[in-house]
Amino acid sequence: MYYDLYNYWMVIILMMIGLYIVIKPSNLIKKLIGLNIFQTSVFIFYISVGKVSEGTAPIFSSTHSVYSNPLPHVLILTAIVVGIATMALALALVVRIKSAYGTVEDDELQEQDH
Amino acid sequence: MVVTALAIVRVSDLFAAVMLSGIYGLLSASFFVALDAVDVAFTEAAVGAGIFPLLMMLVLGVTGRYEKTKLVPIKADVVKKLALVLALLVTGALLVFGTLDMPIFGAADAPAQQHVNIRYIQQSPTEIGIPNMVTSVLASYRGYDTFGEVLVIFTAAMGVLALFSSQLFSQVTASKNKAKNEMHEHNVLRIVSKMLIPFILLFAFYVQFHGEYGPGGGFQAGVIFAAGIILYTMLYGLDKARQVIKPTVLRVLCALGVFIYGTTGVVSMLAGGNFLDYSVLANDPVIGQHLGILVIELGVGITIAAGMILIFFAFSQQAETQLGEQ
Repeated sequence: MYYDLYNYWMVIILMMIGLYIVIKPSNLIKKLIGLNIFQTSVFIFYISVGKVSEGTAPIFSSTHSVYSNPLPHVLILTAIVVGIATMALALALVVRIKSAYGTVEDDELQEQDH
Repeated sequence: MVVTALAIVRVSDLFAAVMLSGIYGLLSASFFVALDAVDVAFTEAAVGAGIFPLLMMLVLGVTGRYEKTKLVPIKADVVKKLALVLALLVTGALLVFGTLDMPIFGAADAPAQQHVNIRYIQQSPTEIGIPNMVTSVLASYRGYDTFGEVLVIFTAAMGVLALFSSQLFSQVTASKNKAKNEMHEHNVLRIVSKMLIPFILLFAFYVQFHGEYGPGGGFQAGVIFAAGIILYTMLYGLDKARQVIKPTVLRVLCALGVFIYGTTGVVSMLAGGNFLDYSVLANDPVIGQHLGILVIELGVGITIAAGMILIFFAFSQQAETQLGEQ
């Protein structure tokens, strides 16, 4: 039965890898890539929750009667687009940091501030 | 996917990391197809494997390609790293422990499949009258949420513009021809994409207006349309692209989409219903729903496409300016 939870575990592994990239490297761009991995793991989690075995994509048809849950799909599809928009905002901030400080390394930024 | 994610941890060449994250996006898109989430897969393929790496690469052009690594690892660093890995392992283990109580993957009687879901699946084909349940939940049942999300995207686009405001609309002559010349030799690329771009844009419209019957809708169409224009910008340079679509027009369009969405809500209020209740828009509630969904999906599509293109223009302008200075 534990095999059935395999999907969720993969999500957790991805999430931890994402968190590691957010915390460890001092490069801000790398951190954002990590944030993206973290985000995608949450997406996968939601979609996994919505999956129904033997179900099909939630588009009504006369030949199918079991569908996967459309609600997580809606939430995630909007979240992806919102995610890229906010990511763009973060990247814009990074570019401004670069032009103001001349670096995007976190530790060097700290040094300059003190 | 796990392998790709681990590879991203290892590489210090940020360009490679960005490429890997593109692969990661494509992998997750195919994963979503396997889990029946076709609409989501659409969006993820266009965003995760298309727009995200492109934006990243533009930023890399400004900030530099390599991550700085210390040649000699300091002992304190190793300890810190170990502590971090340990903390993550503990967190991960706790989360795994939490999943043990979760319903089995794909179980039809899981709590998540009860409640509103049953109504969405059983009623929406007759109540809203369109086969794609994702679209009817997105545009009708949860119209408020979607309105909020469109607003967030609009605000984010405006935020990016505000951050770059001083440079965006000033003409930079020094770097003007740089991007254009770089791409000039790649004739194969130019001609193949010249043939592809009309189809990409046409496909975006198809996705936009077919979203009620098949997978698709405003969100997907918006990003696909933006991807088409971005491809054009990359090949012909920012100046040419700005002649095709003026940034001023884009800014107006970006706001217009939100306006269309909001107005639909107000119109339905004036017609005697609730905010964003489309049933009152026509004599027959089902036809009203059709009309409402079509109009707000159009609003969503316009805002997303215009917002994404604006963001991209702002970034590539920034990249060109910085390259010109160096």
